[in-house]
Amino acid sequence: MKGLKFILAGILFGIVMSKSEAISWFRIQEMFRFQSFHMYGIIGTAVILGVIITYLIKRYKLRDYQGNPIVFTPKEKSVPRYLIGGIIFGLGWALTGACPGPLFVNIGHGYWAILLAIGGAIAGTYTYGVIKDKLPH
Amino acid sequence: MLELLRQPWPWYTSGAVIAFVMLLLLFFGKSFGFSSNLRVICAACGAGKKHKFFDFDWRSQTWNLLFLVGAILGGVISSQFLSNGEAVQISQATIQDLRQIGISAPNGMQPEELFSLEALLTVKGFLVLLLGGFAIGFGSRYAGGCTSGHAISGLSNLQLPSLIAVIGFFIGGLITTWLFLPLIF
Repeated sequence: MKGLKFILAGILFGIVMSKSEAISWFRIQEMFRFQSFHMYGIIGTAVILGVIITYLIKRYKLRDYQGNPIVFTPKEKSVPRYLIGGIIFGLGWALTGACPGPLFVNIGHGYWAILLAIGGAIAGTYTYGVIKDKLPH
Repeated sequence: MLELLRQPWPWYTSGAVIAFVMLLLLFFGKSFGFSSNLRVICAACGAGKKHKFFDFDWRSQTWNLLFLVGAILGGVISSQFLSNGEAVQISQATIQDLRQIGISAPNGMQPEELFSLEALLTVKGFLVLLLGGFAIGFGSRYAGGCTSGHAISGLSNLQLPSLIAVIGFFIGGLITTWLFLPLIF
């Protein structure tokens, strides 16, 4: 089954988000109150290793498992969309204590109330798609 | 070995595994970004018939939905087999701050005051989760990505737009934490 590897990668992601407690509302509060290094350590380690991985892939023109070159698409240049969109995302991140990944990992922990936040996230995405052209980008 | 896995993992192992997940997806010819799933779900529900933002070949993104299913399963495995049942060990300073706004010290992974079904059935509890979720969905699509797409994938590729987005994530998070939470609770 071709899709199995994505399920396995997702399982690894779900486990690491759980075991590092990054899915916990408490840990996100601790981060935004600058009272622990924990979340900064997680994100910092991932980014530093990510920079090295990305550099090596580009430097040695590495290919994926099918032999296609691994390409990185540069993001469009803009300030308002990243800043305004980012701030709105952050408001929700601190309120629910979850970003999109942990929203779903929490279902696995039996926190059924999170389904309401997921419903809200789908509604928010839909609303963006509807009014997208009226927003500064 | 299992005992070791059952304890909370230190931040450096977690950061390393997250970077490894990103590498895995790149090796599979994909890129790490979780919030695009929300757009895919809208498209799969037929939103593309009315709005062109959702009019794309969402089936080409099935791999990401499978990743999402895996993430839920990862949560099940962690809570059923890899948990020692202990509460999240946050700092004393946070526990004291949260007590002042009426949130009691951790008993498990999430605060009862927000994630219990009783809390869900109050107007306040209902609106916090609904509006919080709405801001996550709207904001991540507006900004073109969430923590995985911008903070991990984007920063790893040294993208200035991702840095701007991450700064925005923190501005929003700080506003909620310091301004809104004391008013709400």
